[in-house]
Amino acid sequence: MVINMENMIRGKVWKFGDDVDTDMILPGRYLVLSEEEELAACVMAGHDSEFSKKVKKGDILVAGKNFGCGSSREHAPIAIKAAGISAVVAESFARIFYRNSTNIGLLLIEAKGISKNVEEGDEIEINMEKGVLEDLNNSKEFEIKPLPEFMMDIMNEGGLISYLKNHLAEIKGE
Amino acid sequence: MSMTMAEKILAKAAGLKETEAGNIVMANIDVAMTHDLTGPLSVKSFQKIGVDHVWDPEKIVVLFDHQVPADSLEAAQNHIFLREFVEKQKINNFYDVREGVCHQVLPEKGHVVPGEVVVGTDSHTCTHGALGAFATGIGSTDMAMVFATGKLWFKVPETIKFEIEGKLGKYVYSKDVVLDIIGQIGADGATYQACEFGGETTSNMSVSQRMAMCNMAIEMGGKTGMVEVDDVTINYLKGRTNKPYEVFTTDEDAESLTTMYVDVNDLEPQIACPHNVDNVKPVGEVEGTPIDQIFLGSCTNGRLDDLQVAAEILKGKQVSHDVRMLVIPASREIYSQALEQGLINTFVDAGALVCNPCCGPCLGGHVGFLGPGEVSLSTSNRNFKGRQGSPEGEVYLSSAAVAATSAIKGEITDPR
Ligand code: SF4
Repeated sequence: MVINMENMIRGKVWKFGDDVDTDMILPGRYLVLSEEEELAACVMAGHDSEFSKKVKKGDILVAGKNFGCGSSREHAPIAIKAAGISAVVAESFARIFYRNSTNIGLLLIEAKGISKNVEEGDEIEINMEKGVLEDLNNSKEFEIKPLPEFMMDIMNEGGLISYLKNHLAEIKGE
Repeated sequence: MSMTMAEKILAKAAGLKETEAGNIVMANIDVAMTHDLTGPLSVKSFQKIGVDHVWDPEKIVVLFDHQVPADSLEAAQNHIFLREFVEKQKINNFYDVREGVCHQVLPEKGHVVPGEVVVGTDSHTCTHGALGAFATGIGSTDMAMVFATGKLWFKVPETIKFEIEGKLGKYVYSKDVVLDIIGQIGADGATYQACEFGGETTSNMSVSQRMAMCNMAIEMGGKTGMVEVDDVTINYLKGRTNKPYEVFTTDEDAESLTTMYVDVNDLEPQIACPHNVDNVKPVGEVEGTPIDQIFLGSCTNGRLDDLQVAAEILKGKQVSHDVRMLVIPASREIYSQALEQGLINTFVDAGALVCNPCCGPCLGGHVGFLGPGEVSLSTSNRNFKGRQGSPEGEVYLSSAAVAATSAIKGEITDPR
């Protein structure tokens, strides 16, 4: 998927707290799986084993600080993306998760104040071009922290694999 | 320009004279490690790039440690898939099911030396910074890039240096120090920073004790854990490696450096309580908590000195009937030394189960699955909900000494 940064993203919110760890997103016992559909069926299983049945395509996860802390398992962002979730919005993200998500083209958005002002079930709209996020239920607006330019390039080219295909010789210094 | 150890290593790896925190650099990778759990995804991503051969098979280490021997059909298939990859790519540094946990085996076998950039598809790769390297955990797609190009981009981190001073009391260890630090600064207290451990207390620690601290840098959000090279490091490297290496140190006036002073003179044994690693309390506050399972092992505290302390405490005693105790040496070398020193006998006589070197119950995928409502006391590094099995289970983290003492009483007990 190529994320067009000018696009508007709109979706229904599922709320989580601070420090959502990768064992909650995808428990260790599912790490033997590597197919997208299999992983999608286990998304957030450490929190609620029925979550994958409840979540709908285009929904958005909203969380507090340090989302994605814990292991380096890329299975976690893959499961979120494969489940059809269009973006994760949080106060802040853990480092490896942030990288992994960008690499596979899962959109992560940092927005301060979001976790206290948005409720589960609210509809939010993200305007990448303007850099704002709006809660359509209470009309509150939040500023979005832009991705670093280098990561934006990776996202725009559809993730790190396509980016590599396009720039391989350049990176290898050939 | 004054720089930190992390800045100097990354500058060199990127072919630059200098760099500073916040810059994005494209660094050459010296060691790339992957294991049975995250390896298959890394290989599949690599295959999507359309490059036939990895950039340098000698710089790649593949190791099976999470599910060994295979505990399920899926695990067996993953092992076969990786064995085929290793053979096709002519990767000689391949450790099949017998060798132990990656973060112990890599340094033990001499794959890690000071001044290198080490990446692994495992978040606790930060452990290797205990030898003065820049070591960090990455995801599978990043690893695919490394396999294909030998390079990876990094945002150069700032450094937080913990100046640890004071004498550790009896039955107080580096694990207690790092838990205390995490309790103070929080699970995201060092996000994106290099966590350097220094001061007199660190100088007096063995490499094993230093590794336990660097191992847990990720539990405060850190990008890597690091300790400056000294005689202790050099002695450890002797006989393990003949790779050349370069030593880098942090300049005191480096701009991106913050220092935090930690006094450990009166430090008590520390416990991380469910379900967050930063939920840290002195042992006295949780003493008496009944335990169902005790795990002595992992890349944090499954090393020889941990087993020695535990065996000393358990010698001639019995593990409580209410408790299952699992002892898992972190590597074959440690297992063998523990056998020679009679430690394994002590554990078996005390009624503990001794398993083959592997990750064990650390991540709830292999042996020792925790049931609903059960409580575990573990010398590993994570106590997230569901980490060791059932999401209705609870995990406490401690040093080996607390684990062994608690095994006898069947409840959390102060070893002192
Ligand atoms: S022992 Fe635990 S933390 Fe260490 S590598 Fe294995 S699963 Fe990861």
